[in-house]
Amino acid sequence: MKGEIKLLREDGTRLDGRRLDEVRPFKIEAGVLKNADGSAYIELGNNKIMVAVYGPREVHPKHLALPDRAMLRCRYSMATFSVEERKSPAPSRREIELSKVIREALEPAIFVEEYPRTAIDVFIQVLEADGGTRTASITAASVALADAGIPMRDLVAAIAIGKIEGKLAVDLNGLEDQYGGGDMPIAMMPRLGLITLLQADGVFSPEEVVQGIEMAEKAIKMLYEEQRNALRKKYLEIKEEVLGSE
Amino acid sequence: MSKHYSVLPTLKRESILSLLKRGERLDGRALDEFRSIKIETGVIGKAEGSALVRLGDTKVVAGVKVEIGKPFPDTPDKGVQIVNAELVPLAAPFFEPGPPGEEDIELARVIDRGLRSAEMIKLDELAIVPGEKVWIVYVDLYSLDHYGNLIDASGLAAVSAILTAQIKRWEVKDGEVNLLEETMPLPVTSVPVFVTIAKIGDNLIVDPTYEEELVMDARITFAINENGEVCGIQKGGSGGFTPSEIKEALSIALEAAEKIRPLLPTRN
Repeated sequence: MKGEIKLLREDGTRLDGRRLDEVRPFKIEAGVLKNADGSAYIELGNNKIMVAVYGPREVHPKHLALPDRAMLRCRYSMATFSVEERKSPAPSRREIELSKVIREALEPAIFVEEYPRTAIDVFIQVLEADGGTRTASITAASVALADAGIPMRDLVAAIAIGKIEGKLAVDLNGLEDQYGGGDMPIAMMPRLGLITLLQADGVFSPEEVVQGIEMAEKAIKMLYEEQRNALRKKYLEIKEEVLGSE
Repeated sequence: MSKHYSVLPTLKRESILSLLKRGERLDGRALDEFRSIKIETGVIGKAEGSALVRLGDTKVVAGVKVEIGKPFPDTPDKGVQIVNAELVPLAAPFFEPGPPGEEDIELARVIDRGLRSAEMIKLDELAIVPGEKVWIVYVDLYSLDHYGNLIDASGLAAVSAILTAQIKRWEVKDGEVNLLEETMPLPVTSVPVFVTIAKIGDNLIVDPTYEEELVMDARITFAINENGEVCGIQKGGSGGFTPSEIKEALSIALEAAEKIRPLLPTRN
């Protein structure tokens, strides 16, 4: 099926009109759920993802608790209607793997040693999926963690680099992902310059791997700004509420 | 999380780090040196292909089984590849029986993507009656003894089993499939080699042992094909890498893959 449809137009732009290094339109909101200790919502192109953070809270069952740090738990789950053909509600092998790699992408940012014997739960609900859900989930989840007031070394922002018609491109959408020639999701703590998630399938030359990381860094810096804006906006709203009621 | 908590890693980390400062490891290897690799193929008579890999004290056995089944609707003219991995309880004190956990699933999916991206098994030659009947190739991995770096050992076992697998030839008459007595090698193109690099402190080491894995900050695996291209990456563990560390790890992986490749079994 690969390479059967043209993903680049004559003028070098992509089917949705973007340049190769252009991220889809996105928005990030912090503190969107009432029950959760922290939450965030992200739209990236057609992706719509809600993240809730609960904790630090008691671990059940208790013997699982870690004596020297908080246990970070993460569940990435796709809604049955988030994809073209209804997905079974049971967690797929893909969802289980993604839950693990997302957890490992977030954990380096959290001062887990501050909360021994507790659990921090990150619940990710993909409401609509269109390529790049794991990276968008990470971007939203780190905002939700910060919104929960959990001390962090940095935010984590993420984007996927892919290959379409042999060229590196930023932020593949679902169609490009399906027919393109490779996918390399990358998450970073931008201020610390640390890569906390890196995966790839498809074939990349060693130079393309290095170049892909550089491309991702640019997009990640932009997402990082929006993450900070989302958090700032929520706290400005709270401030207004508090001052307004005086 | 299947990793049992113990104070040992914290204590071990200090001694491992101070050795690494001098460029040494607990088992005397250089930082970019693999443990000894021994590959035995054809170890399971009932499997179409099989391999037992010893990577130092780590042991993994892989078996290839094939059966005729239905293709996926979006690839009606291609065979199907299914990779499964089980970290069975006999391999380590903290592996538990039960349905596969996230580590088993990650392992299987990393190997699966590496094989798929390299297009190792020629799936388009495994259609029998397009849209109806194709060969389904199961690559099943069992860890027998976990002394670290199950990913690379499993990768070696998987590709060795595939390289030496023999399937029955077939003919189709009036929509009926007849399997012949004569066999043929499972059609194969490119062969990926998996190389895992662990980061401990500021040090990058290849092929971590179990003790090194317990104290590592993070790991990264590269699947490398014979053209020196990357056909799979997976970062794991709860730390991170700087971009320059990734670059360094990649060049270590490229070199290591080249040294490992001649050890693979020849195709039969």
